[in-house]
Amino acid sequence: MTLALSHNAKLSNAQIAWRAAQDIADGAYVNLGIGFPEMVASYQLPGREAIFHTENGILNFGEPPAPGEEDWDLINAGKKAVTLKPGASFFHHADSFAMVRGGHLDVAILGAYQVSQNGDLANWRVGKKGVPAVGGAMDLAHGAKQVFVITEHLTKTGEPKLVERCSFPLTGVACVTRVYTSHAVIDIAAGRFVLREKLPELSLDELQKITGAPLHLDGPVTDLVAPEL
Amino acid sequence: MDKTVEALADAVSDIGDGASVMIGGFGGAGAPIELIHALIDKRLKNLTVINNNAGNGSIGIAAMIDAGMVARMICSFPRSSDPRAFTERYLAGKIELELVPQGTLAERIRAGGAGIPAFYTPTTYGTELAEGKPVAEFEGRHYVQERWLKADFALVKAQLGDTQGNLTYNQAARNFSPLMCMAAATTIAQVSRIVPPGGIDPENVITPGIFVDRVVEVADPQQEEDLIRAGAVYA
Repeated sequence: MTLALSHNAKLSNAQIAWRAAQDIADGAYVNLGIGFPEMVASYQLPGREAIFHTENGILNFGEPPAPGEEDWDLINAGKKAVTLKPGASFFHHADSFAMVRGGHLDVAILGAYQVSQNGDLANWRVGKKGVPAVGGAMDLAHGAKQVFVITEHLTKTGEPKLVERCSFPLTGVACVTRVYTSHAVIDIAAGRFVLREKLPELSLDELQKITGAPLHLDGPVTDLVAPEL
Repeated sequence: MDKTVEALADAVSDIGDGASVMIGGFGGAGAPIELIHALIDKRLKNLTVINNNAGNGSIGIAAMIDAGMVARMICSFPRSSDPRAFTERYLAGKIELELVPQGTLAERIRAGGAGIPAFYTPTTYGTELAEGKPVAEFEGRHYVQERWLKADFALVKAQLGDTQGNLTYNQAARNFSPLMCMAAATTIAQVSRIVPPGGIDPENVITPGIFVDRVVEVADPQQEEDLIRAGAVYA
């Protein structure tokens, strides 16, 4: 199935990350998944300070160091060099994942291949080929008070990433609470996609056509707008 | 009591064919490169290796795999910037993989060290990695039973070690090591500096010496990431 819209309106990855950053409260403890979710850190709001957690054992890490200043004992879960902010702490892996599974993190932001209407997440492998690698993906899907997904609305080949049931192997069951896409902001509540925001250029019908499961309305739908980034 | 050992070769002398070996480190942070290379010099066979990853480049665990020493890898993420060594053998069916989510791997090792044979975790419920494992419901949620993980040996890299085996670590290099020290029958730590008892403030001890059997000084340890970037090979 390939879907085409009458126009090309969509948020860039930076804008999707910006939009998700608006929902991170001051003082929130946040884990950003490796890759695209790491962009969210760039768009923290002035006056709000999130404390970032990385699975390999740091709270309150900051920007990458200047090239040549790397300390390879000071890395994040993506094995990139980081720096520390005042108030940072180190801990071993069992404590780190106690923070994850024990409900101590406020928000985890993850990428996705697919999200189903009941909040199932598929983001760790697409088939049986090659070497499987899971890392912390299945742990992060559980335990944070809110699990946000940031993603394109459609795959590169034009198929919906928001679906009735995931066809790819699951990372977690009924774990995603909110999805920020290139076209909409959608909550997952009582096994349904509930539309909160959509691009103003897009009609509800058009959005429904590029979404693989019914969109429900529960209160007003506001315009999804982001600055040029 | 003096747990110090002079030579790396002596520190690993009783590790034999078929042993299970936990190896600390997450990527290059905390990888005990000198202990691993001392083990490679022994040309062992049929080892089970437990680490978060499955080697990078042609040094450390990757070099163990290249040397044909590893029959089974228990890890969460067998990928890296250069995963050639593991990938080749895995796709050729020459190495067995037990894939364990990172947090479950940590907790299984902790449980092994803490005398807890099994526990329940929400991680993997409803996924292919939970197949065949008991599931139970607690307070309306489903959890998967996981079992402890123990090993014959643990090799870890620490910063300071005293002669009684108390250890400190450098920054995020501790990762799995404090857990592995607990879960292995024999724990061997390479440290940047050996100090006398009292040389580490008790408030700062991260791994108490009761979990450590041998301490060997490697004054200026190699950093896996630097070796990878330099294209180093150990054979």
